[in-house]
This record gives sequence, structure tokens and C-alpha cells, in this order.
Amino acid sequence: MIRVALPQHLRTLAHVGAEVELEVAGAITQRSVLDALEARYPMLRGTIRDHVTLQRRAFLRFFACGEDLSHQSPEAPLPAAVASGQEPFLVIGAIAGG
Amino acid sequence: MSKVRVLVGTKKGAFILTSDGKRRQWEVAGPYFTGWEIYHLKGSPADANRIYASQTSGWFGQVIQRSNDGGKSWEVPGGAPPPTPQGWPQGQSNKFVYDTSAETGKPLTTHQFYDGTQHPWEFKRVWHLEPSLTDPDAVYAGIEDAALFRSTDGGTTWKELAGLRGHGTGPKWQPGAGGMCLHTILLDPGNPKRIYIAISAAGAFRSDDGGKSWKPINRGLRSQYIPDPTAEVGHCVHHIAMHPSRPNTLFMQKHWDVMRSDDAGENWREISGNLPTDFGFVIDVHAHEPETIYVVPIKSDSEHFVHEGKLRVYRSRSGGNEWEALTQGLPQKDCYVNVLRDAMAVDQLDQCGVYFGTSGGQVYASADAGDTWAAIVRDLPPVLSIETQTLP
Repeated sequence: MIRVALPQHLRTLAHVGAEVELEVAGAITQRSVLDALEARYPMLRGTIRDHVTLQRRAFLRFFACGEDLSHQSPEAPLPAAVASGQEPFLVIGAIAGG
Repeated sequence: MSKVRVLVGTKKGAFILTSDGKRRQWEVAGPYFTGWEIYHLKGSPADANRIYASQTSGWFGQVIQRSNDGGKSWEVPGGAPPPTPQGWPQGQSNKFVYDTSAETGKPLTTHQFYDGTQHPWEFKRVWHLEPSLTDPDAVYAGIEDAALFRSTDGGTTWKELAGLRGHGTGPKWQPGAGGMCLHTILLDPGNPKRIYIAISAAGAFRSDDGGKSWKPINRGLRSQYIPDPTAEVGHCVHHIAMHPSRPNTLFMQKHWDVMRSDDAGENWREISGNLPTDFGFVIDVHAHEPETIYVVPIKSDSEHFVHEGKLRVYRSRSGGNEWEALTQGLPQKDCYVNVLRDAMAVDQLDQCGVYFGTSGGQVYASADAGDTWAAIVRDLPPVLSIETQTLP
């Protein structure tokens, strides 16, 4: 099981708690995890990445295992601790404001 | 006894205010969609329980919400988990993709940017939702960057009416200070093929074939802030209002100037008359008197607050030019709020109610067509939009 932690507003939108658990087939990457997340929770489509380009929305970040993975390739394998379910994949709303 | 429901969109959520026909005691429900900007919510004229809402965020983008029970509960159309991950359609209610297909004839991909260069159209948010007059599942969306979309499945999927961007003047449209938004959609109750829309800063447009083809309707507008003050497009139209019994008569609050057309927008004439300033955003028409109109004058385009520190609604009972200040119950000193373009509405009760919301979070109501006013609520987040529903 892959654990994904969502920011509060997306939890509200998807009617879920702080973390969701997902079955992800094949390689564990940003793309495969987000594909699985959006398949299970269709109301999240377009809120994390663009519908068409699949680019990450500007004020969202992807963290895991104490690292910012936002600029890594969506096809790059996520850390082993995420793939094993030991650590969550974190979708974070960036601090934007003042 | 009739009821009134006032739908309030704010910068941090939506609120629903309800009262009986006396409109003295109000119940306040909400906030819904807490923390999100609710640019607009509006009920279907064909089914009062069906309400659409535009929910947006700088972080998470656009979400469309729909209620089937008058706002008690909400759902993302097509957003429920499908029976299998392969289910379809799903999660497309916020997918607004510009039509660049060959069938539009002119796959248009740019408009004029602030620096004069051509810039690609980029979806930002839904400003206005206009439900069909007859079908609860049909609804139009006016978006930024300016385009018109339509859904015929209750907001689950959207398709652009691309003839608007493709009709020829699109490359000359440019964003106003608030962005290049399509903010006004008027459906002619007597002619289902006729649609009016308005864009900042492009102007007003009309379709007579259900949205397939469009023409600019800006003759008579004069805007000193553009190189050719009487250009075919480029005018910063802030809002247009229409009385359903006279769909050929339109009232416009332009950036500066209050205007009127009596020939479906073919020609406009100024009716600012004795207004203290003719800058403003809102304009609306009395529910039962097609020549009674309301505006809230704002000091200037760089001072977006009411004139002289006084919150005054101006009413004309003669279709413009002669205006009276309506002040009873409204603050008349030290008031510096704004009233945005979609933040005024009227109800349909015999004694017409008028409502508006301010940038200070107040929602004011008048149960006597504007003679007297009282605040329903005073401390909401800044109000972006107001709509009403009159219920049996």
C-alpha cells in the first residue's frame, strides 16, 4: 500500500482523512501514484496537476522522506520507504502569501 | 408564504441566507467550501434545488460544485469514486480545455497581452455560471481567460462555444486589471437562440444562433483609455443587466459610464445623467419595473470605494439619466467599501427586494425596492457575488 498525505482542502474535497492508502501497480513513481490517487478520487483531478499537461500546479509541492521531490521527473522512482508504505508521499500546499 | 434564498460568494467560502417573504429575520448558513474563493453560485430557474457553484483557489485551481437540495449538500459533478478505476467519465467537471479543433474553422490560440504581444489563452477560473432557463442540467460558464463554455450534463463535462473566440476580434482582446474574464451571460427568455455576454476588456457580444456565431455589440461606447475610443472591441464592460420582459433593452455599467441599448446592443447611449460618478461595477433592474434600475457609483478606477465615504445605491425610475440616492439604513460616513460586478441581485416578490454585498463583508437587503436598507450580515469575507432565489 502506498500512503499519500493530502493538504486539508483536498481532504475536504475528497471526503478523506489526513492520509489515503492506494494500491499502485508497477513502478512507484510520482505519476503512477497520482494516477492511482485520481482514479480512486476523481474529484481531485485537476487540483494537483493540470488535466492535459499533467504538470504540477505551481503552489503545490511533493515531499517524501524529508526531501523535496517536486522538481524530479514524474517518471523517477519514489524512495523505497514510500514504495514499501513505510513513509507517506506528501502533497503540500506551498506557503504563498505574506 | 414565499421564501427568499440569497446565495453569497465570498473570498473565503459561500453562504446561504434565507428568510420568509417579510425579509426581516434571516438565517445564515455556511461557510461552505471554507477557505476557497467562491466567484459565483447560482440556482437553476428550472429547478430551485439545483444550484451551481464555482470554487477556485490559487493552490488547487478550479472546482465545480453542484447541489440538488437547495444548497444543503454539495457534490463535485462526476467526482464520486467510480465502481472501478476504469470508470468513465469521471472527474472532468473542472476540465475547461479551449477548443482548437478544425471544426471551429479558426483554431485561435492567442490574444493581446499587457505588453502588446500575443499571448496564448490560459484557463484560470470560472467567473460566472448561468444555468439554462429551462433545463437544470444545462449551464453556461464564463471563464478567464475569456471564453464561454457549456455543459449539458449538470456540470460533469464542458465544451467551449468556440465561435466567440474565433469570430475575428479575439486577437485584440486584452486583460483588464482583474484579468481577461467573461463575467456576464444573459439568456433571452423569449428567444432561446439569443445570448449576450460581456468581457473585460473586450466589450459586449451577442449570438443569435445559440452560441455558434458571435458579433461585437459595442457601437456607442466611448472609452478614453483605449487608442480609438470608439473601437469595435477593447471596452472594459463591467456588467450588463436585462429585464426578462424586455430582452432587447440592456443596461450596462462600463468602466466609466452607465449605458443603455434598446435594440439588443446594436447601439448604446449614455444614461449616467446626474450620478456623482459614473464609474462602478454593478447594475441591476427591478423585478417588475423594467425602467427602474440600480447602480452603486464607485469613486474612480484607481479608488475602488464609494464616493465621499457614503454607501449610496442610486435608483433611476426612468430608465436612466435621472437618479436618486438611496441612503436610508446605509452608512453615510467613513465608508470605503467596493461592490463588485456580480454582487447585486433582486428577488421576485411583489415588493421587489434588492440585495448587494460589499468588499467589507456586509450583505445589505432592501425589502421595499431600495427605499430602506438593513444589513443581513456585516462581517463575512469580502463578497464576490450575490444571487437570489424566490421560492414558493
